[in-house]
Amino acid sequence: MTCTEFLAQLDDMLDQDAAIPLRADLQEHLRECEHCEITLNTTRKTIQIYRSHELYELPDDLRERLHNAILAKCRNC
Amino acid sequence: MLLVEQTRQGDMAAYEKLVKQYDRQVFRIANHIVQNREDAEDVVQDAFLKAYQKLDQFQGNSKFYTWLVRIAVNEALMRLRKRRTGRMVSIDEDVETEEGSMPRDLADWSPDPEAMYGQSEMGDILRKTIQGLPPGFRVVFVLRDVEGLSTEETAETLGLSIPAVKSRLLRARLQLRERLSRYFKRGQGRQAQAQVGAK
Repeated sequence: MTCTEFLAQLDDMLDQDAAIPLRADLQEHLRECEHCEITLNTTRKTIQIYRSHELYELPDDLRERLHNAILAKCRNC
Repeated sequence: MLLVEQTRQGDMAAYEKLVKQYDRQVFRIANHIVQNREDAEDVVQDAFLKAYQKLDQFQGNSKFYTWLVRIAVNEALMRLRKRRTGRMVSIDEDVETEEGSMPRDLADWSPDPEAMYGQSEMGDILRKTIQGLPPGFRVVFVLRDVEGLSTEETAETLGLSIPAVKSRLLRARLQLRERLSRYFKRGQGRQAQAQVGAK
């Protein structure tokens, strides 16, 4: 298996349940290729970091203001 | 679906519940696309107003949330277009770049990259990094990986084919990974911290 072929499977590996064992040929490539192992692990970490950080929080005061504006517009439309 | 039906029958309290249920997600998605808080506020208002006005057109074949997100994404792209003084902005923009098809920076990361930065610094790094992606990659990554929509829901929401969503998602993930490597790779924390601090 080449790195390009491995990369084509990357999304499936990232999206499947981590508990599901990788196919034998993917595992074998990972054992032999440090680059692909790093790519898999750091891409997985990239997704985890973005999932766990709230980058655009909606503060309570703004939330209330938006609710009031939305409902007023809906009532008048 | 009950809240949607109640709203159709004129129950504003039911619609208020729908707004409260989804406002944070819509605000996040809008911010990721327009990258400007005031525009994101307008997108939230316009999206919920438009959804209310078009509620009769909602067929119930998809979830209300994905239907609402489709409206919000379109509103956000329109807003982005206006801000760029008429230049067309679509989810197809800049997606033909070759960047991201094959990883280049293959240095391993620190075992716990999040411990290298404070909460506020980390937020700056993540915002700056994702803002560098073309809109067509950014929106796919946000819907699929941040908001947790399925590949099928993301495709339906954006009017893209499933292979197109998968292709964009892979390249978005690889581009983000590559860009974050400059901050998170082993032994680079102090140098990168200085860069963040200097901005």
